[in-house]
Amino acid sequence: MISTNKPSRLNKIVSYTLLLLLAFVILAPFFIGIWTSFLPTMEIAKGNFLSTDLSFNNYVAAFTKTPILRYLANSLVVSTLTMAAQLVFCSMSAYAFVFLKFKYRNAIFILFLITMMLPFEAEIIPNFTTVKNLGMLDHYSVLLIPFLTSAFGTFMLRQSFMQTPNELKEAADIEGLNHFQFYWNIVLPYNKVSLITLGAYSFLGAWNQYLWPMLTTFSNNSRLIQNGLRQLQSEETFNDWGMIQASAAIIVIPTILVLFIGQHYFKSGMNEGAVK
Amino acid sequence: MLKSTTPTMVEAGTKTKKKHRTFSLNAKDKYYALLFLGPSLLILSVFVFYPMLRTLYISMFLTNTLGKTTVFNGLGNYTDLLGSPEYIASLGSTLVYVFAVTILTVGIGLLLANLASKRLPGIGVFRTLYSVTMGVSVSVAAIFWLFIFNPSTGFFALLSNMVGLPVINWLTDPTMAMWAVIITTVWMNLGFTFLILLGAISSVPTTLYEAASIEGASERRQFFKITVPMISPTLFFVSTITLIEGFKSFGLIDLITKGGPTNSTNMLVYRIYKDAFYSGNYAQASSEAIILTVIIAFFTFLQFKFLEKRVNY
Repeated sequence: MISTNKPSRLNKIVSYTLLLLLAFVILAPFFIGIWTSFLPTMEIAKGNFLSTDLSFNNYVAAFTKTPILRYLANSLVVSTLTMAAQLVFCSMSAYAFVFLKFKYRNAIFILFLITMMLPFEAEIIPNFTTVKNLGMLDHYSVLLIPFLTSAFGTFMLRQSFMQTPNELKEAADIEGLNHFQFYWNIVLPYNKVSLITLGAYSFLGAWNQYLWPMLTTFSNNSRLIQNGLRQLQSEETFNDWGMIQASAAIIVIPTILVLFIGQHYFKSGMNEGAVK
Repeated sequence: MLKSTTPTMVEAGTKTKKKHRTFSLNAKDKYYALLFLGPSLLILSVFVFYPMLRTLYISMFLTNTLGKTTVFNGLGNYTDLLGSPEYIASLGSTLVYVFAVTILTVGIGLLLANLASKRLPGIGVFRTLYSVTMGVSVSVAAIFWLFIFNPSTGFFALLSNMVGLPVINWLTDPTMAMWAVIITTVWMNLGFTFLILLGAISSVPTTLYEAASIEGASERRQFFKITVPMISPTLFFVSTITLIEGFKSFGLIDLITKGGPTNSTNMLVYRIYKDAFYSGNYAQASSEAIILTVIIAFFTFLQFKFLEKRVNY
Protein backbone atom coordinates (compact mmCIF):
# COMPACT_ATOMS: atom_id res chain seq x y z
CA MET A 1 0.00 0.00 0.00
CA ILE A 2 1.29 3.46 -0.73
CA SER A 3 1.35 5.10 2.63
CA THR A 4 3.03 8.45 2.72
CA ASN A 5 3.64 8.40 6.45
CA LYS A 6 6.91 6.71 7.32
CA PRO A 7 6.37 3.04 8.14
CA SER A 8 7.41 2.19 11.69
CA ARG A 9 10.46 0.02 12.37
CA LEU A 10 8.37 -2.97 13.37
CA ASN A 11 6.21 -2.51 10.32
CA LYS A 12 9.30 -2.55 8.14
CA ILE A 13 10.62 -5.74 9.70
CA VAL A 14 7.26 -7.47 9.21
CA SER A 15 7.08 -6.28 5.60
CA TYR A 16 10.56 -7.43 4.69
CA THR A 17 10.05 -10.81 6.38
CA LEU A 18 6.86 -11.37 4.41
CA LEU A 19 8.42 -10.14 1.16
CA LEU A 20 11.39 -12.47 1.56
CA LEU A 21 9.28 -15.43 2.58
CA LEU A 22 6.96 -15.06 -0.41
CA ALA A 23 9.87 -14.53 -2.79
CA PHE A 24 11.39 -17.73 -1.46
CA VAL A 25 8.17 -19.72 -1.97
CA ILE A 26 7.69 -18.40 -5.52
CA LEU A 27 11.29 -19.04 -6.52
CA ALA A 28 11.59 -22.43 -4.79
CA PRO A 29 10.58 -24.49 -7.86
CA PHE A 30 13.30 -22.69 -9.86
CA PHE A 31 15.94 -23.27 -7.20
CA ILE A 32 15.01 -26.92 -6.85
CA GLY A 33 14.94 -27.44 -10.62
CA ILE A 34 18.20 -25.65 -11.30
CA TRP A 35 19.97 -27.25 -8.35
CA THR A 36 19.01 -30.76 -9.45
CA SER A 37 20.07 -29.96 -13.01
CA PHE A 38 23.65 -29.92 -11.71
CA LEU A 39 23.34 -33.23 -9.84
CA PRO A 40 23.99 -36.70 -11.29
CA THR A 41 20.70 -38.53 -11.84
CA MET A 42 21.90 -41.42 -9.66
CA GLU A 43 22.23 -39.09 -6.70
CA ILE A 44 18.75 -37.67 -7.32
CA ALA A 45 17.31 -41.18 -7.54
CA LYS A 46 18.91 -42.06 -4.20
CA GLY A 47 17.28 -38.99 -2.67
CA ASN A 48 20.73 -37.56 -2.05
CA PHE A 49 19.54 -34.04 -2.71
CA LEU A 50 22.36 -32.30 -0.87
CA SER A 51 25.09 -34.05 -2.79
CA THR A 52 28.05 -31.84 -3.68
CA ASP A 53 28.83 -33.78 -6.84
CA LEU A 54 27.88 -30.80 -9.04
CA SER A 55 28.71 -30.64 -12.74
CA PHE A 56 27.52 -29.48 -16.15
CA ASN A 57 27.26 -33.09 -17.34
CA ASN A 58 23.45 -32.95 -17.59
CA TYR A 59 23.68 -29.87 -19.80
CA VAL A 60 26.26 -31.50 -22.04
CA ALA A 61 24.01 -34.58 -22.26
CA ALA A 62 20.95 -32.46 -23.06
CA PHE A 63 22.76 -30.65 -25.87
CA THR A 64 24.50 -33.68 -27.36
CA LYS A 65 22.08 -36.57 -26.84
CA THR A 66 18.74 -34.86 -27.48
CA PRO A 67 17.44 -32.68 -30.34
CA ILE A 68 16.77 -29.83 -27.90
CA LEU A 69 18.69 -27.32 -30.04
CA ARG A 70 16.56 -28.21 -33.03
CA TYR A 71 13.38 -27.79 -30.94
CA LEU A 72 14.62 -24.43 -29.73
CA ALA A 73 15.42 -23.29 -33.25
CA ASN A 74 11.99 -24.41 -34.48
CA SER A 75 10.27 -22.50 -31.70
CA LEU A 76 12.36 -19.39 -32.29
CA VAL A 77 11.62 -19.35 -36.02
CA VAL A 78 7.90 -20.04 -35.62
CA SER A 79 7.43 -17.54 -32.77
CA THR A 80 9.36 -14.80 -34.56
CA LEU A 81 7.45 -15.27 -37.80
CA THR A 82 4.10 -15.41 -35.98
CA MET A 83 4.97 -12.19 -34.19
CA ALA A 84 6.01 -10.41 -37.38
CA ALA A 85 2.91 -11.57 -39.25
CA GLN A 86 0.55 -10.55 -36.47
CA LEU A 87 2.17 -7.12 -36.22
CA VAL A 88 1.64 -6.57 -39.95
CA PHE A 89 -1.84 -8.05 -40.41
CA CYS A 90 -3.35 -6.91 -37.10
CA SER A 91 -2.11 -3.36 -37.59
CA MET A 92 -3.45 -3.35 -41.16
CA SER A 93 -6.91 -4.50 -40.14
CA ALA A 94 -6.92 -2.15 -37.16
CA TYR A 95 -6.02 0.68 -39.54
CA ALA A 96 -8.97 -0.22 -41.75
CA PHE A 97 -11.36 -0.09 -38.81
CA VAL A 98 -10.10 3.29 -37.62
CA PHE A 99 -9.12 5.28 -40.71
CA LEU A 100 -11.11 3.85 -43.61
CA LYS A 101 -14.76 4.32 -44.36
CA PHE A 102 -16.41 1.42 -46.12
CA LYS A 103 -19.64 -0.47 -46.27
CA TYR A 104 -20.37 -2.97 -43.47
CA ARG A 105 -17.48 -1.65 -41.40
CA ASN A 106 -19.39 -2.04 -38.14
CA ALA A 107 -20.74 -5.45 -39.10
CA ILE A 108 -17.25 -6.72 -39.89
CA PHE A 109 -15.93 -5.24 -36.67
CA ILE A 110 -18.62 -7.07 -34.68
CA LEU A 111 -17.57 -10.24 -36.50
CA PHE A 112 -14.03 -9.66 -35.18
CA LEU A 113 -15.38 -9.16 -31.68
CA ILE A 114 -17.31 -12.42 -31.92
CA THR A 115 -14.11 -14.17 -33.00
CA MET A 116 -12.56 -13.20 -29.70
CA MET A 117 -15.24 -15.21 -27.91
CA LEU A 118 -14.54 -18.42 -29.84
CA PRO A 119 -11.83 -20.60 -28.30
CA PHE A 120 -9.40 -22.10 -30.81
CA GLU A 121 -9.43 -25.27 -28.69
CA ALA A 122 -13.05 -25.85 -29.71
CA GLU A 123 -12.22 -25.70 -33.41
CA ILE A 124 -9.41 -28.22 -33.63
CA ILE A 125 -11.45 -30.95 -35.27
CA PRO A 126 -12.33 -29.18 -38.56
CA ASN A 127 -9.02 -27.30 -38.49
CA PHE A 128 -7.14 -30.56 -38.32
CA THR A 129 -9.07 -31.82 -41.36
CA THR A 130 -8.36 -28.56 -43.21
CA VAL A 131 -4.60 -28.62 -42.70
CA LYS A 132 -4.47 -32.32 -43.46
CA ASN A 133 -6.28 -31.77 -46.76
CA LEU A 134 -3.96 -28.88 -47.59
CA GLY A 135 -0.97 -31.16 -46.99
CA MET A 136 0.39 -28.90 -44.28
CA LEU A 137 0.87 -31.50 -41.54
CA ASP A 138 4.32 -31.60 -39.95
CA HIS A 139 5.52 -28.41 -41.70
CA TYR A 140 6.23 -24.98 -40.28
CA SER A 141 3.27 -23.73 -42.30
CA VAL A 142 0.79 -25.60 -40.12
CA LEU A 143 2.14 -23.78 -37.07
CA LEU A 144 2.11 -20.41 -38.81
CA ILE A 145 -0.77 -19.98 -41.21
CA PRO A 146 -3.68 -20.29 -38.76
CA PHE A 147 -2.03 -17.66 -36.53
CA LEU A 148 -0.99 -15.03 -39.09
CA THR A 149 -3.55 -12.66 -37.63
CA SER A 150 -5.57 -12.40 -34.44
CA ALA A 151 -8.83 -10.72 -33.58
CA PHE A 152 -7.47 -9.80 -30.16
CA GLY A 153 -4.45 -8.08 -31.70
CA THR A 154 -6.65 -6.17 -34.12
CA PHE A 155 -8.93 -5.08 -31.29
CA MET A 156 -6.04 -3.99 -29.10
CA LEU A 157 -4.40 -1.96 -31.87
CA ARG A 158 -7.71 -0.44 -32.89
CA GLN A 159 -8.16 0.89 -29.35
CA SER A 160 -4.70 2.36 -29.57
CA PHE A 161 -5.02 3.78 -33.12
CA MET A 162 -8.22 5.56 -32.13
CA GLN A 163 -6.14 7.73 -29.79
CA THR A 164 -4.07 9.05 -32.70
CA PRO A 165 -4.63 12.83 -32.71
CA ASN A 166 -6.92 14.07 -35.45
CA GLU A 167 -4.39 16.77 -36.33
CA LEU A 168 -2.01 14.12 -37.62
CA LYS A 169 -4.63 12.82 -40.03
CA GLU A 170 -5.46 16.32 -41.20
CA ALA A 171 -1.81 17.17 -41.68
CA ALA A 172 -1.32 13.97 -43.64
CA ASP A 173 -4.25 14.80 -45.90
CA ILE A 174 -2.75 18.20 -46.58
CA GLU A 175 0.62 16.71 -47.32
CA GLY A 176 -1.17 14.43 -49.74
CA LEU A 177 -0.10 11.19 -48.10
CA ASN A 178 -1.96 8.13 -49.30
CA HIS A 179 -3.19 5.52 -46.86
CA PHE A 180 -0.07 3.38 -47.16
CA GLN A 181 2.18 6.32 -46.40
CA PHE A 182 0.02 7.49 -43.50
CA TYR A 183 -0.12 3.96 -42.09
CA TRP A 184 3.59 3.31 -42.40
CA ASN A 185 5.12 6.73 -41.65
CA ILE A 186 2.74 8.07 -39.05
CA VAL A 187 0.34 5.59 -37.47
CA LEU A 188 2.84 2.79 -36.83
CA PRO A 189 5.58 4.95 -35.29
CA TYR A 190 3.01 6.83 -33.23
CA ASN A 191 1.69 3.58 -31.70
CA LYS A 192 5.08 2.04 -31.03
CA VAL A 193 4.32 1.04 -27.44
CA SER A 194 1.15 -0.86 -28.35
CA LEU A 195 2.97 -2.60 -31.18
CA ILE A 196 5.76 -3.70 -28.86
CA THR A 197 3.16 -5.00 -26.42
CA LEU A 198 1.36 -6.95 -29.12
CA GLY A 199 4.71 -8.25 -30.38
CA ALA A 200 5.67 -9.58 -26.96
CA TYR A 201 2.20 -10.99 -26.46
CA SER A 202 2.10 -12.83 -29.77
CA PHE A 203 5.66 -14.09 -29.44
CA LEU A 204 4.94 -15.56 -26.01
CA GLY A 205 1.63 -16.92 -27.27
CA ALA A 206 3.34 -18.80 -30.08
CA TRP A 207 6.15 -19.91 -27.78
CA ASN A 208 3.63 -21.41 -25.34
CA GLN A 209 1.45 -23.15 -27.95
CA TYR A 210 0.90 -26.72 -26.94
CA LEU A 211 -2.25 -28.47 -28.17
CA TRP A 212 -2.14 -27.48 -31.84
CA PRO A 213 1.58 -28.28 -32.42
CA MET A 214 1.09 -31.56 -30.59
CA LEU A 215 -1.68 -32.53 -33.02
CA THR A 216 -0.03 -31.37 -36.21
CA THR A 217 3.70 -32.08 -35.90
CA PHE A 218 5.35 -35.43 -35.35
CA SER A 219 8.97 -35.20 -36.41
CA ASN A 220 11.91 -33.43 -34.85
CA ASN A 221 12.15 -31.21 -37.93
CA SER A 222 9.05 -29.28 -36.97
CA ARG A 223 8.44 -30.15 -33.31
CA LEU A 224 8.39 -27.12 -31.02
CA ILE A 225 10.14 -26.83 -27.71
CA GLN A 226 7.09 -27.34 -25.46
CA ASN A 227 6.20 -30.60 -27.13
CA GLY A 228 9.86 -31.48 -27.45
CA LEU A 229 10.29 -31.35 -23.69
CA ARG A 230 7.30 -33.63 -23.29
CA GLN A 231 8.85 -35.97 -25.83
CA LEU A 232 12.14 -36.08 -23.92
CA GLN A 233 10.31 -36.73 -20.72
CA SER A 234 8.22 -39.59 -22.05
CA GLU A 235 10.99 -41.21 -24.16
CA GLU A 236 13.23 -41.89 -21.22
CA THR A 237 12.56 -45.37 -19.90
CA PHE A 238 13.95 -44.55 -16.52
CA ASN A 239 13.53 -40.92 -15.65
CA ASP A 240 16.82 -39.16 -16.21
CA TRP A 241 15.77 -36.32 -13.95
CA GLY A 242 19.11 -34.54 -14.05
CA MET A 243 19.02 -34.17 -17.82
CA ILE A 244 15.32 -33.29 -17.88
CA GLN A 245 15.87 -30.54 -15.35
CA ALA A 246 18.83 -29.29 -17.38
CA SER A 247 16.65 -29.12 -20.52
CA ALA A 248 14.02 -27.15 -18.59
CA ALA A 249 16.71 -24.78 -17.31
CA ILE A 250 18.12 -24.31 -20.82
CA ILE A 251 14.69 -23.12 -21.95
CA VAL A 252 13.65 -21.04 -19.01
CA ILE A 253 16.83 -19.07 -18.38
CA PRO A 254 16.91 -17.14 -21.70
CA THR A 255 13.16 -16.43 -21.48
CA ILE A 256 13.53 -14.93 -18.04
CA LEU A 257 16.50 -12.82 -19.12
CA VAL A 258 14.54 -11.46 -22.10
CA LEU A 259 11.61 -10.80 -19.80
CA PHE A 260 13.69 -8.82 -17.32
CA ILE A 261 15.18 -6.73 -20.11
CA GLY A 262 11.81 -6.14 -21.76
CA GLN A 263 9.86 -5.71 -18.56
CA HIS A 264 9.77 -1.96 -18.69
CA TYR A 265 7.94 -1.96 -22.02
CA PHE A 266 5.83 -4.92 -21.15
CA LYS A 267 4.55 -3.54 -17.88
CA SER A 268 3.45 -0.18 -19.24
CA GLY A 269 1.88 -1.77 -22.28
CA MET A 270 -0.03 -4.37 -20.36
CA ASN A 271 -1.47 -1.95 -17.89
CA GLU A 272 -2.62 0.13 -20.80
CA GLY A 273 -4.38 -2.91 -22.23
CA ALA A 274 -5.95 -3.76 -18.90
CA VAL A 275 -7.40 -0.34 -18.30
CA LYS A 276 -8.85 0.13 -21.76
CA MET B 1 -10.87 20.05 -43.39
CA LEU B 2 -10.01 22.75 -40.91
CA LYS B 3 -8.06 25.68 -42.29
CA SER B 4 -6.86 26.73 -38.87
CA THR B 5 -4.78 23.59 -38.38
CA THR B 6 -3.17 23.56 -41.82
CA PRO B 7 0.57 24.17 -42.05
CA THR B 8 1.50 27.74 -42.81
CA MET B 9 3.14 27.26 -46.19
CA VAL B 10 -0.04 26.08 -47.88
CA GLU B 11 -0.77 28.36 -50.83
CA ALA B 12 -4.21 29.50 -51.70
CA GLY B 13 -4.03 27.89 -55.10
CA THR B 14 -3.52 24.38 -53.81
CA LYS B 15 -6.58 24.43 -51.62
CA THR B 16 -9.00 23.15 -54.22
CA LYS B 17 -6.52 20.51 -55.26
CA LYS B 18 -6.22 19.43 -51.66
CA LYS B 19 -9.94 19.07 -51.27
CA HIS B 20 -10.11 17.06 -54.41
CA ARG B 21 -7.38 14.77 -53.22
CA THR B 22 -9.09 14.12 -49.91
CA PHE B 23 -12.28 13.33 -51.71
CA SER B 24 -10.61 10.87 -54.00
CA LEU B 25 -9.01 9.18 -51.00
CA ASN B 26 -12.38 8.56 -49.46
CA ALA B 27 -13.74 7.21 -52.71
CA LYS B 28 -10.87 4.77 -52.86
CA ASP B 29 -11.38 3.72 -49.27
CA LYS B 30 -13.15 0.53 -50.18
CA TYR B 31 -10.23 -0.71 -52.26
CA TYR B 32 -7.86 0.13 -49.45
CA ALA B 33 -10.21 -1.61 -47.02
CA LEU B 34 -10.07 -4.76 -49.10
CA LEU B 35 -6.30 -4.55 -49.15
CA PHE B 36 -5.88 -3.80 -45.43
CA LEU B 37 -8.58 -6.10 -44.14
CA GLY B 38 -8.49 -8.88 -46.73
CA PRO B 39 -5.63 -11.00 -45.33
CA SER B 40 -7.04 -11.01 -41.80
CA LEU B 41 -10.55 -11.76 -42.99
CA LEU B 42 -9.33 -14.64 -45.13
CA ILE B 43 -7.38 -16.26 -42.27
CA LEU B 44 -10.20 -15.81 -39.79
CA SER B 45 -12.74 -17.21 -42.24
CA VAL B 46 -10.74 -20.36 -42.91
CA PHE B 47 -9.50 -21.04 -39.37
CA VAL B 48 -12.20 -19.52 -37.14
CA PHE B 49 -15.59 -18.99 -38.79
CA TYR B 50 -15.69 -22.05 -40.99
CA PRO B 51 -14.50 -24.50 -38.29
CA MET B 52 -16.98 -23.05 -35.80
CA LEU B 53 -19.90 -23.59 -38.15
CA ARG B 54 -18.54 -26.95 -39.20
CA THR B 55 -18.21 -28.04 -35.54
CA LEU B 56 -21.79 -26.95 -34.90
CA TYR B 57 -22.89 -28.93 -37.96
CA ILE B 58 -21.01 -32.12 -36.99
CA SER B 59 -22.38 -31.86 -33.46
CA MET B 60 -25.85 -32.50 -34.83
CA PHE B 61 -24.92 -35.71 -36.66
CA LEU B 62 -23.51 -39.11 -35.90
CA THR B 63 -20.06 -39.71 -37.39
CA ASN B 64 -18.07 -42.72 -38.48
CA THR B 65 -14.49 -43.31 -37.38
CA LEU B 66 -13.19 -41.27 -40.32
CA GLY B 67 -15.09 -38.25 -39.09
CA LYS B 68 -17.66 -38.35 -41.92
CA THR B 69 -21.16 -37.41 -40.87
CA THR B 70 -23.67 -40.25 -41.25
CA VAL B 71 -27.09 -39.79 -39.63
CA PHE B 72 -28.73 -36.55 -38.52
CA ASN B 73 -29.12 -36.69 -34.77
CA GLY B 74 -30.53 -33.25 -33.93
CA LEU B 75 -29.71 -32.34 -30.37
CA GLY B 76 -29.22 -36.02 -29.54
CA ASN B 77 -25.49 -35.68 -28.89
CA TYR B 78 -26.13 -32.86 -26.46
CA THR B 79 -28.84 -34.69 -24.50
CA ASP B 80 -26.61 -37.78 -24.40
CA LEU B 81 -23.73 -35.73 -23.02
CA LEU B 82 -25.76 -33.91 -20.41
CA GLY B 83 -27.28 -37.23 -19.34
CA SER B 84 -23.90 -38.91 -19.05
CA PRO B 85 -22.56 -39.02 -15.45
CA GLU B 86 -19.04 -39.13 -16.84
CA TYR B 87 -19.46 -35.85 -18.72
CA ILE B 88 -21.16 -34.19 -15.77
CA ALA B 89 -18.24 -35.29 -13.59
CA SER B 90 -15.85 -33.81 -16.13
CA LEU B 91 -17.80 -30.54 -16.12
CA GLY B 92 -17.76 -30.62 -12.31
CA SER B 93 -14.01 -31.14 -12.05
CA THR B 94 -13.45 -28.34 -14.58
CA LEU B 95 -15.53 -25.98 -12.45
CA VAL B 96 -13.66 -26.95 -9.28
CA TYR B 97 -10.34 -26.42 -11.06
CA VAL B 98 -11.32 -23.13 -12.67
CA PHE B 99 -12.74 -21.54 -9.55
CA ALA B 100 -9.96 -22.77 -7.27
CA VAL B 101 -7.36 -21.46 -9.72
CA THR B 102 -9.09 -18.09 -10.08
CA ILE B 103 -9.62 -17.50 -6.36
CA LEU B 104 -6.08 -18.53 -5.46
CA THR B 105 -4.42 -16.67 -8.36
CA VAL B 106 -6.25 -13.40 -7.75
CA GLY B 107 -6.05 -13.71 -3.94
CA ILE B 108 -2.32 -14.41 -3.80
CA GLY B 109 -1.65 -11.98 -6.65
CA LEU B 110 -3.41 -9.24 -4.70
CA LEU B 111 -1.44 -10.03 -1.55
CA LEU B 112 1.83 -9.87 -3.50
CA ALA B 113 0.90 -6.69 -5.35
CA ASN B 114 -0.17 -4.97 -2.16
CA LEU B 115 3.07 -5.88 -0.41
CA ALA B 116 5.20 -4.89 -3.39
CA SER B 117 3.49 -1.52 -3.74
CA LYS B 118 4.92 -0.34 -0.42
CA ARG B 119 7.55 2.31 -0.67
CA LEU B 120 10.50 0.50 0.82
CA PRO B 121 14.16 0.49 -0.20
CA GLY B 122 14.93 -2.39 -2.55
CA ILE B 123 11.30 -3.05 -3.37
CA GLY B 124 12.11 -3.12 -7.10
CA VAL B 125 14.00 -6.38 -6.61
CA PHE B 126 10.90 -8.03 -5.16
CA ARG B 127 8.72 -6.69 -7.95
CA THR B 128 11.03 -8.34 -10.46
CA LEU B 129 11.18 -11.61 -8.53
CA TYR B 130 7.41 -11.83 -8.14
CA SER B 131 6.85 -11.43 -11.86
CA VAL B 132 9.37 -14.11 -12.75
CA THR B 133 6.87 -16.90 -13.50
CA MET B 134 5.71 -14.92 -16.54
CA GLY B 135 8.76 -16.32 -18.29
CA VAL B 136 7.84 -19.92 -17.53
CA SER B 137 6.16 -21.98 -20.24
CA VAL B 138 3.82 -24.93 -19.62
CA SER B 139 6.34 -27.69 -20.13
CA VAL B 140 8.97 -26.07 -17.92
CA ALA B 141 6.43 -25.50 -15.14
CA ALA B 142 5.27 -29.10 -15.47
CA ILE B 143 8.82 -30.47 -15.24
CA PHE B 144 9.72 -28.38 -12.20
CA TRP B 145 6.56 -29.39 -10.36
CA LEU B 146 6.53 -33.03 -11.49
CA PHE B 147 9.88 -33.38 -9.79
CA ILE B 148 8.56 -31.73 -6.64
CA PHE B 149 5.48 -33.99 -6.61
CA ASN B 150 7.34 -37.21 -7.51
CA PRO B 151 6.48 -39.77 -4.80
CA SER B 152 9.85 -41.55 -4.71
CA THR B 153 12.55 -38.98 -5.43
CA GLY B 154 10.56 -35.76 -5.35
CA PHE B 155 11.12 -32.76 -3.15
CA PHE B 156 7.88 -33.08 -1.17
CA ALA B 157 8.55 -36.79 -0.57
CA LEU B 158 12.03 -35.91 0.63
CA LEU B 159 10.67 -33.33 3.06
CA SER B 160 8.03 -35.76 4.34
CA ASN B 161 10.66 -38.42 4.93
CA MET B 162 12.88 -35.97 6.76
CA VAL B 163 10.09 -34.91 9.11
CA GLY B 164 8.69 -38.43 9.32
CA LEU B 165 5.30 -37.69 7.77
CA PRO B 166 3.61 -40.08 5.34
CA VAL B 167 4.38 -39.32 1.69
CA ILE B 168 1.44 -37.88 -0.22
CA ASN B 169 0.69 -39.61 -3.49
CA TRP B 170 0.26 -36.39 -5.41
CA LEU B 171 -0.21 -37.96 -8.80
CA THR B 172 -2.02 -41.22 -8.04
CA ASP B 173 -4.62 -39.94 -5.59
CA PRO B 174 -7.55 -38.37 -7.51
CA THR B 175 -8.04 -35.44 -5.09
CA MET B 176 -4.34 -34.70 -4.75
CA ALA B 177 -3.80 -34.93 -8.51
CA MET B 178 -6.38 -32.18 -8.93
CA TRP B 179 -4.49 -30.11 -6.37
CA ALA B 180 -1.21 -30.79 -8.14
CA VAL B 181 -2.64 -29.31 -11.35
CA ILE B 182 -4.22 -26.39 -9.47
CA ILE B 183 -0.98 -25.53 -7.64
CA THR B 184 1.08 -25.63 -10.83
CA THR B 185 -1.44 -23.47 -12.70
CA VAL B 186 -1.62 -20.88 -9.93
CA TRP B 187 2.16 -20.70 -9.75
CA MET B 188 2.36 -20.15 -13.51
CA ASN B 189 -0.39 -17.50 -13.46
CA LEU B 190 1.03 -15.46 -10.57
CA GLY B 191 3.60 -13.41 -12.48
CA PHE B 192 1.12 -11.93 -14.94
CA THR B 193 -1.62 -11.35 -12.36
CA PHE B 194 0.83 -9.75 -9.98
CA LEU B 195 2.08 -7.27 -12.61
CA ILE B 196 -1.42 -6.22 -13.66
CA LEU B 197 -2.59 -5.74 -10.08
CA LEU B 198 0.59 -3.89 -9.11
CA GLY B 199 -0.02 -1.48 -11.98
CA ALA B 200 -3.58 -0.89 -10.80
CA ILE B 201 -2.59 -0.32 -7.16
CA SER B 202 0.17 2.07 -8.18
CA SER B 203 -2.33 4.24 -10.02
CA VAL B 204 -4.63 4.75 -7.02
CA PRO B 205 -4.25 8.46 -6.08
CA THR B 206 -1.99 8.77 -3.01
CA THR B 207 -4.17 11.58 -1.65
CA LEU B 208 -6.79 8.99 -0.72
CA TYR B 209 -4.33 7.19 1.53
CA GLU B 210 -3.06 10.47 2.97
CA ALA B 211 -6.58 11.46 3.95
CA ALA B 212 -7.23 8.04 5.47
CA SER B 213 -3.98 8.15 7.42
CA ILE B 214 -4.88 11.53 8.89
CA GLU B 215 -8.15 10.09 10.06
CA GLY B 216 -6.21 7.25 11.66
CA ALA B 217 -7.39 4.38 9.47
CA SER B 218 -5.25 1.26 9.88
CA GLU B 219 -3.38 -0.25 6.94
CA ARG B 220 -5.77 -3.18 6.85
CA ARG B 221 -8.73 -0.81 6.75
CA GLN B 222 -7.11 1.27 4.02
CA PHE B 223 -6.58 -1.91 2.03
CA PHE B 224 -10.22 -2.98 2.18
CA LYS B 225 -11.81 0.46 2.03
CA ILE B 226 -9.56 2.15 -0.54
CA THR B 227 -7.30 -0.23 -2.47
CA VAL B 228 -9.80 -3.01 -3.17
CA PRO B 229 -12.70 -0.76 -4.28
CA MET B 230 -10.40 1.47 -6.36
CA ILE B 231 -8.90 -1.44 -8.28
CA SER B 232 -12.11 -3.47 -8.55
CA PRO B 233 -12.29 -3.05 -12.37
CA THR B 234 -8.81 -4.55 -12.68
CA LEU B 235 -9.71 -7.31 -10.22
CA PHE B 236 -12.69 -8.12 -12.41
CA PHE B 237 -10.48 -8.07 -15.51
CA VAL B 238 -7.85 -10.47 -14.16
CA SER B 239 -10.53 -12.75 -12.68
CA THR B 240 -12.35 -13.20 -15.99
CA ILE B 241 -9.07 -13.68 -17.89
CA THR B 242 -7.97 -16.34 -15.40
CA LEU B 243 -11.38 -17.98 -15.55
CA ILE B 244 -11.39 -18.13 -19.35
CA GLU B 245 -7.82 -19.44 -19.53
CA GLY B 246 -8.76 -22.03 -16.90
CA PHE B 247 -11.61 -23.39 -19.00
CA LYS B 248 -9.18 -23.72 -21.93
CA SER B 249 -6.49 -25.55 -19.91
CA PHE B 250 -4.85 -28.39 -21.73
CA GLY B 251 -1.04 -28.37 -21.62
CA LEU B 252 -0.50 -28.75 -17.89
CA ILE B 253 -3.11 -31.50 -17.67
CA ASP B 254 -1.53 -33.43 -20.49
CA LEU B 255 1.92 -33.04 -18.94
CA ILE B 256 1.08 -33.67 -15.30
CA THR B 257 -1.83 -36.10 -15.08
CA LYS B 258 -3.02 -37.00 -18.61
CA GLY B 259 -6.55 -36.57 -17.35
CA GLY B 260 -6.17 -39.17 -14.64
CA PRO B 261 -6.17 -40.81 -12.22
CA THR B 262 -9.62 -42.31 -12.87
CA ASN B 263 -10.60 -39.27 -14.97
CA SER B 264 -10.37 -36.95 -11.96
CA THR B 265 -8.59 -34.29 -14.03
CA ASN B 266 -10.20 -35.11 -17.37
CA MET B 267 -11.34 -31.55 -18.03
CA LEU B 268 -13.27 -30.10 -20.95
CA VAL B 269 -10.53 -29.49 -23.52
CA TYR B 270 -8.70 -32.67 -22.63
CA ARG B 271 -11.92 -34.60 -23.16
CA ILE B 272 -12.48 -33.04 -26.58
CA TYR B 273 -8.96 -34.04 -27.59
CA LYS B 274 -9.33 -37.59 -26.29
CA ASP B 275 -12.82 -38.19 -27.68
CA ALA B 276 -11.87 -36.89 -31.11
CA PHE B 277 -8.31 -38.03 -31.65
CA TYR B 278 -8.15 -41.18 -29.51
CA SER B 279 -11.69 -42.59 -29.64
CA GLY B 280 -12.59 -41.18 -33.05
CA ASN B 281 -15.93 -40.01 -31.69
CA TYR B 282 -16.00 -36.75 -33.64
CA ALA B 283 -19.70 -36.06 -33.17
CA GLN B 284 -19.51 -36.23 -29.41
CA ALA B 285 -16.26 -34.24 -29.33
CA SER B 286 -17.90 -31.56 -31.51
CA SER B 287 -20.84 -31.24 -29.13
CA GLU B 288 -18.37 -30.90 -26.26
CA ALA B 289 -16.55 -28.21 -28.24
CA ILE B 290 -19.79 -26.27 -28.70
CA ILE B 291 -20.57 -26.48 -24.97
CA LEU B 292 -17.07 -25.18 -24.23
CA THR B 293 -17.60 -22.35 -26.71
CA VAL B 294 -20.87 -21.34 -25.05
CA ILE B 295 -19.20 -21.21 -21.62
CA ILE B 296 -16.24 -19.17 -22.87
CA ALA B 297 -18.40 -16.87 -24.99
CA PHE B 298 -20.52 -16.14 -21.93
CA PHE B 299 -17.56 -15.03 -19.79
CA THR B 300 -15.94 -13.10 -22.63
CA PHE B 301 -19.21 -11.31 -23.28
CA LEU B 302 -19.47 -10.44 -19.59
CA GLN B 303 -16.00 -8.93 -19.79
CA PHE B 304 -16.80 -6.90 -22.92
CA LYS B 305 -19.97 -5.54 -21.35
CA PHE B 306 -18.12 -4.55 -18.25
CA LEU B 307 -15.24 -2.90 -20.09
CA GLU B 308 -17.65 -1.05 -22.34
CA LYS B 309 -19.46 0.34 -19.33
CA ARG B 310 -16.19 1.52 -17.89
CA VAL B 311 -15.06 3.20 -21.09
CA ASN B 312 -18.30 5.15 -21.26
CA TYR B 313 -17.87 6.34 -17.73
